[in-house]
Amino acid sequence: MDDLIAEFLTETNEALADLDLALVKLERTPDDQATLSLIFRLVHTIKGTCGFLGLPRLERVAHAAENVLGRVRDRELAATPGVITAVLASLDRIKLILFALSANGAEPAGDDAACIAALDHAASGEAAPMPAPATEAAAAPEAGAVEAPSAEVASGSQTIRVGVDVLEELMTLVGELVLTRNQLLQISRAEGTNLFTAPLQRLSNITTDLQEGVMKTRMQPIGNAWNKLPRLVRDLAHETGKKIELDMRGQDTELDRQVLELMRDPLTHMVRNSADHGLETPDIRRAAGKKEAGTIRLNAYHEGGHIIIEVADDGRGLDVAAIRAKVLRSGLATEAELAVMTEAQVRHFIFRAGFSTAAAVTAISGRGVGMDVVRSNIERIGGTIELASTPGQGSCFTIKIPLTLAIVSALIVKACGERFAIPQISVLELVRVGGVGGTAAAIEQIGGAPVLRLRDQLLPLISLGTLLRLQEADTKADNATVVVTAVGSGMLGIVVDDVYDTEEIVVKPVAPILRHVTMFSGNTILGDGAVIMILDPNGVARGAGLSASRDRREAGAGSAQAARSDDGMALLLFRVGGQPAPRAVPLNLVARLEDIPREKIEFSSGGAVTQYRGKLMPLIAMDEGGGAGQAAGPTQPVLVFTDGARSMGLMVDEIIDVVHDRLNIELGAARPGLLGTAVIAGEATDVLDTGFWLTQAWRDWFGSAHGTPAHRRLLVVEDSDFFRKLLVPALSAAGYEVTAAGGGAEALRLRDGGLEVDAIVSDIDMPDMDGLEFARQVRAGGGAWATLPMIALTGRGAPADEARGREAGFTDYCQKFERDSLLVSLQQCLTEQVPM
Amino acid sequence: MPDRTGADVSNDLQGAAGGSHVGAQGGDGAFVILTLADQLCGVPVLAVRDVLAYQAIARIPLAPREVAGNLNLRGRIVTAIDLRERLRLPPRPAGAPFMSIVTEHGSELYALLVDEVSEVLTLRHAAMEANPPTLPRIWAEHSHGIYRLEQRLMVVLDVTRLLQLQPDNPDTAIAVAA
Repeated sequence: MDDLIAEFLTETNEALADLDLALVKLERTPDDQATLSLIFRLVHTIKGTCGFLGLPRLERVAHAAENVLGRVRDRELAATPGVITAVLASLDRIKLILFALSANGAEPAGDDAACIAALDHAASGEAAPMPAPATEAAAAPEAGAVEAPSAEVASGSQTIRVGVDVLEELMTLVGELVLTRNQLLQISRAEGTNLFTAPLQRLSNITTDLQEGVMKTRMQPIGNAWNKLPRLVRDLAHETGKKIELDMRGQDTELDRQVLELMRDPLTHMVRNSADHGLETPDIRRAAGKKEAGTIRLNAYHEGGHIIIEVADDGRGLDVAAIRAKVLRSGLATEAELAVMTEAQVRHFIFRAGFSTAAAVTAISGRGVGMDVVRSNIERIGGTIELASTPGQGSCFTIKIPLTLAIVSALIVKACGERFAIPQISVLELVRVGGVGGTAAAIEQIGGAPVLRLRDQLLPLISLGTLLRLQEADTKADNATVVVTAVGSGMLGIVVDDVYDTEEIVVKPVAPILRHVTMFSGNTILGDGAVIMILDPNGVARGAGLSASRDRREAGAGSAQAARSDDGMALLLFRVGGQPAPRAVPLNLVARLEDIPREKIEFSSGGAVTQYRGKLMPLIAMDEGGGAGQAAGPTQPVLVFTDGARSMGLMVDEIIDVVHDRLNIELGAARPGLLGTAVIAGEATDVLDTGFWLTQAWRDWFGSAHGTPAHRRLLVVEDSDFFRKLLVPALSAAGYEVTAAGGGAEALRLRDGGLEVDAIVSDIDMPDMDGLEFARQVRAGGGAWATLPMIALTGRGAPADEARGREAGFTDYCQKFERDSLLVSLQQCLTEQVPM
Repeated sequence: MPDRTGADVSNDLQGAAGGSHVGAQGGDGAFVILTLADQLCGVPVLAVRDVLAYQAIARIPLAPREVAGNLNLRGRIVTAIDLRERLRLPPRPAGAPFMSIVTEHGSELYALLVDEVSEVLTLRHAAMEANPPTLPRIWAEHSHGIYRLEQRLMVVLDVTRLLQLQPDNPDTAIAVAA
């Protein structure tokens, strides 16, 4: 039978029982407005629900009864016994129909005209002869069951309603019982076999059965959390102009009520996300050769004491490039860190706070509270979430949650004499380390951070005792055990002194005083009566400063890749255009900083110029106004950029500071003149595209005809988008025709594709194929570029490096950002080259 | 008629079990008398659920320093607060005996660790005197007033305030951060 109908039957039967009582009461006290409105409301609800469920017979009868009651309520009709009888008769008729409905799942055929006529008569205020309900009932197919209804309906549905609080209370009591049982078993084990052993065993079994039974009462089908989704998806489809099919499987999978409540919002959010971000519009889908309607598939099933819920869509899949860009822009990781991450790790960034890939904030999603909230909700109930995605084919989120929160299976461990519980769900494996035999694995140190070689992986380790400040950092851990836990997308090894056993524990929340200690998810009482804390591995990871998806701040956490450092550089911070946010430019691009007296600024041909070192220097204002004078003081701070004999001044409001920081830049700034945004000195800072401003000045003031050197073609090989963006305009501005490649392999492909250049400028530190290897390959085998001048760009300038570079085939070596020396070097190389 | 301090009691103890009773009783109030570093203190008897002799207390790592740990009271987990730490008194000598007074606050149980629980006294509310202005701040903040007993002075402890250990309490916040 339909769930809705079943629920309707339960509810209506309850309402009918109330109605019988209330009507009888009304007959005795016809003026009792409270009773009258109660009756009216109940009948009205029945009518409304019938209409909604498409039960026309019931609806007609209830409607007629409601009519009568409405008039009584409005005091147009007295609640005479005749009226009451008519209403009661209609209720009997409703019960009869309900009975057939519960038996067959459909309304029986039959005619209620007489009953309705009697009600209408009553409504019109005339006393009408009452047809005997029992004789009418014979019209119903189940004629024989005239007297059965009430009894049968009650036993037919086999459900009673119990307050949730009663169930909660039962669960608490069962929890206590489980604890006491554990305690008894512990004592019994210590005592050895005696008279109590057998009954205790029975008690234990019964307790287990009781626990399961009570847990079952709290179970609800997950479909209850899903029932709002079809409507939601329909509305979303409508709003976004997409065609979406919702495929729900395993609605009957049951899970704990409490878990269900906590899962409701995350699930809704994920479905929203799939509809909004995941699925494409019909035309895009058609173009991609998929069927127009996208599918969101929800699937729930049991797997080994856990519930697995999958939320999948067949949309575009996660755009790893967009995530990378977003991660850079929001400063969650640096380019270098991203470069060594797998796609899965990059995708995991969507679970980080403040992350949302939607280009535009829509009403549906993209408000920056997104998957991170979903993840933390799921983690809060001891669950995990995983993500798989194939570009163009869709994404699938897999959520694994415990059946119940109240009782979990946990591993009991010991550190520094204290015992702790670690929920079994997050434990992947146990590894013995140290040991006398020497066969066990050993803990190694990287810069003081302990790590463990676990098969093909380097596992970061946290000593529980040290983390919880139970002891001073104890580097020499012999005979310890590493509990390998899954945290977010990664793994973390928790080093403990000893591992005892697994035990079913009853999770009790920690006192409010301790809520800020995120490493604990609760506490529990063990079989021996001891109170111990339950560790939350995700909280432990956070507490260790190592976020689930590798936070930038993790520093000492010992991941091998933290060793890879990015080039720090001196950056000039300044304010411009009245904007409060600072802008930045690499300091070595700036030739000088000048304060030009305001009266020295002249205007010519609509632009500002000043006489500078005997020449006219154009002054560019960074704001749209183009005019000078945005700084209020008597002088105008100017950043002077020079190129050969030419200079250009950029007018700024204020020069703030020079900082030394890593430049983790995010490209794709919407505005020309800016490269993008980076986090510098802890603040989001726009980074100036000097190339843009230089060409602005030159085009305006010197003309393109001016002094372009012989037309030379350059290939720039540089993995960092930022440096590429910086180099290409600068070199173009210097008159070169520049082709850029993102790496050695790409450059070689260009060569094989027949690209002709006159010189190559290449970075040294690049992933996959570094500059040295690239140079060797260019030189080797007499390819098209074998004799070209090659200039290496590097952040470091050690002579040894330079020697290695020359050995690999580089013609010259330049410091990154020393534009002048690069230009000089190019000039030299190319003039030498020309005769060839 | 509740006197000034009586009114204070009922206001301050809104949430605390027994708090309203103290006010409601009007005339007399019974107090559990305890000792903390030789200072006699009292707690309204209606706020007390249990008095425990020595109990095994499991310490809680990273907890605020006032939190001595957890103890198991007939299957319920009780958070133990060391009143010596709470009131910034010198720590109890190692191995010295202690007792706990169990009280309920916001449906959580707390055990207040004290040096000794001696007796229950019934005292007239009217006899309670306001805190002398010179009382150290930490005491004044956690006391309803003072009774002059025959031999010694007794401080009536404000259980609700004693249990306000949330990080919004600056002392605790510092302790947590340290």
